[in-house]
Amino acid sequence: MSRSIATRIGAEPGKATRSVILIIVGLVFVVPIAAMLEFTFRAGLAGGYTFAHWTGIFDPAQASNYSNLLVGIGNSVVLAIVTVAIVLVVLLPTMILVHLQFPRLRRVLEIICIVPITVPAIVLVVGLAPVYSVVVTILGGDTWTLAFAYGITVLPYAYRAIQANLGAVDMITLSEAGRSLGAGWLRVLWHVILPNLRRGIIAASFISVAVVLGEFTIASLLNRTNMQTALLQLAQTDGYVAVIFALLSLIVAFLILLLIGRLGRTRGNRSTS
Amino acid sequence: MTATTATSTPSSLSAPNTGATVQLIDVVKDYAGQRALDGVALSINPGEFIALLGPSGCGKTTALRALSGLEQVDGGHILIDGKDVVDVPVNKRDIGMVFQSYSLFPHLTAGENVEFGLRMRKVGAAERRRRAAETLELVGLDHHVGRYAHQLSGGQQQRVALARALVTQPRVLLLDEPLSALDAKVRVQLREEIRRIQLDLGITTLYVTHDQEEALSVSDHVAVMYGGRIEQMGSPAEMYSAPATPFVAEYIGTMNRLEGTVVDGGVSHAGTTLRIEEAQSRPRGERVLVLVRPETVAVERANGGGGGVNTLVGDVVTQTFLGPVTRLKILGDGVDVIADVPTQKALSLPVGTRVAAVLPAEGARLLSLKEDVPQIAEEPVPAGR
Repeated sequence: MSRSIATRIGAEPGKATRSVILIIVGLVFVVPIAAMLEFTFRAGLAGGYTFAHWTGIFDPAQASNYSNLLVGIGNSVVLAIVTVAIVLVVLLPTMILVHLQFPRLRRVLEIICIVPITVPAIVLVVGLAPVYSVVVTILGGDTWTLAFAYGITVLPYAYRAIQANLGAVDMITLSEAGRSLGAGWLRVLWHVILPNLRRGIIAASFISVAVVLGEFTIASLLNRTNMQTALLQLAQTDGYVAVIFALLSLIVAFLILLLIGRLGRTRGNRSTS
Repeated sequence: MTATTATSTPSSLSAPNTGATVQLIDVVKDYAGQRALDGVALSINPGEFIALLGPSGCGKTTALRALSGLEQVDGGHILIDGKDVVDVPVNKRDIGMVFQSYSLFPHLTAGENVEFGLRMRKVGAAERRRRAAETLELVGLDHHVGRYAHQLSGGQQQRVALARALVTQPRVLLLDEPLSALDAKVRVQLREEIRRIQLDLGITTLYVTHDQEEALSVSDHVAVMYGGRIEQMGSPAEMYSAPATPFVAEYIGTMNRLEGTVVDGGVSHAGTTLRIEEAQSRPRGERVLVLVRPETVAVERANGGGGGVNTLVGDVVTQTFLGPVTRLKILGDGVDVIADVPTQKALSLPVGTRVAAVLPAEGARLLSLKEDVPQIAEEPVPAGR
């Protein structure tokens, strides 16, 4: 008896248990989203349902109502691109360099990259406000400059994604093999390291995009317009359209995560002996 | 593991006298104040296969990495064909290297892995494919061109790594414990193939291993390293039969180590005079270590009385079955000897039997005890079995 109990402890849950857990967790996510979706079809105080709120988005007559939102979306896309560029140009080479040449700095880099997750956005803004007063005088007040702040907020996520990949592949031996075969450092980087970091780079990029698209606090407190701040403004005049765009952004984020998972599975299968 | 058929040397690889002369002269390397290489001197002739043998931490891999250019040395010279390459980066040294861990690029197929070195040398695609196919054929993997590393066994991966190292026709081939991750049967099979290919190509080869059986069986010469220095270098037979230092004697094969004092007519040990030829030239009273291989010790039942000339008397305390021979441990008054006797004969000498162990007069080696005699923690696997 005690043996059977002991064998059950820590064992994989049964199929029925798994299904129940999955359904409960699924409902927690699905119910609010379904409620949002249902809300977008409501016909207002008159009662009943209508497609008018969805079709209204494409109505040229109402385009002016959404112009600020379109600006916000455009800004968010630019911010996502610049933030990913910062991750790829600054963080990635630093991590590769530390991993291959300065392994003693690995802990230091890890701490630096993880710290932003412990700092609330509001605190970050308080610290960044004087910095941005200088940034504005040098680079102007364009929204894309927010990417410098976002580059900090995405650090923990991007670092983890790349580090997981670096840790899974013996990059030191591979780069030594590449060099012994006649490749210089740049060619080793291009032909050996980056292809084997593909999964980590893609995951870091997509997670950065997801974080940037969902960011509200920093943009709002620094008086910039991005998708989330524009959605909030729109919600004050047209709650239905705001919810529609919130749903659409959720779908985009979901698709991004699905893509990361698929890429991860594909590479994971390939690297399994 | 796919059975491998020996194939003739492909045209793209068959070049006479392709091997280079390699010399390491007083090479020194420190790691954070710790001396890893302490004046290593090594000379390898063109086409020669040298095994660098030694226990973990002796500096053998560091020496190989210094030769490859993966480690910068702190002193000394490394000459390839007479040219000092100390300041030449690894990618310009024209060496081929096989690593201990599987180092195939996981994002490339076996064929693409082999082509890699040729791509770096800007060889055309068609030529690359032809040479890669030929080299894979040489290692018996011509049917695995399109497979990724994870689709190959460990032995196959190391074959591809060997082909990848050879396809650029390097003048020096460096192998860093390439078989240590493989199982015993594949190891034996692959080491023989490495030797066959090396002989076919005539490429100068440095092979690092801690497996003495591997080193003795495939190499022209063996260099034993200890404490960052080369203790002795010689042919496998020389290393086994005439170790020059106590460490080499202890490390290669199994050895009886009998401490004694040189006296008239031999060496006094455990109340017996061992008549050993080498003792004649030693000063009387010198403390020496008598080294005797277990297989040269003859064992008979003791017929009462003390030991005769070169005879040590004791009891068999353990028997270890080693296949064709059985190893007897014999303990007596001041006597501690191991002897390998034919297994059939060992049946008549069970544990507890009083025996006389007769040491050979000619086969024994004498080393002065003035030298620091190192102790090796793990008993090495007997060589030559």
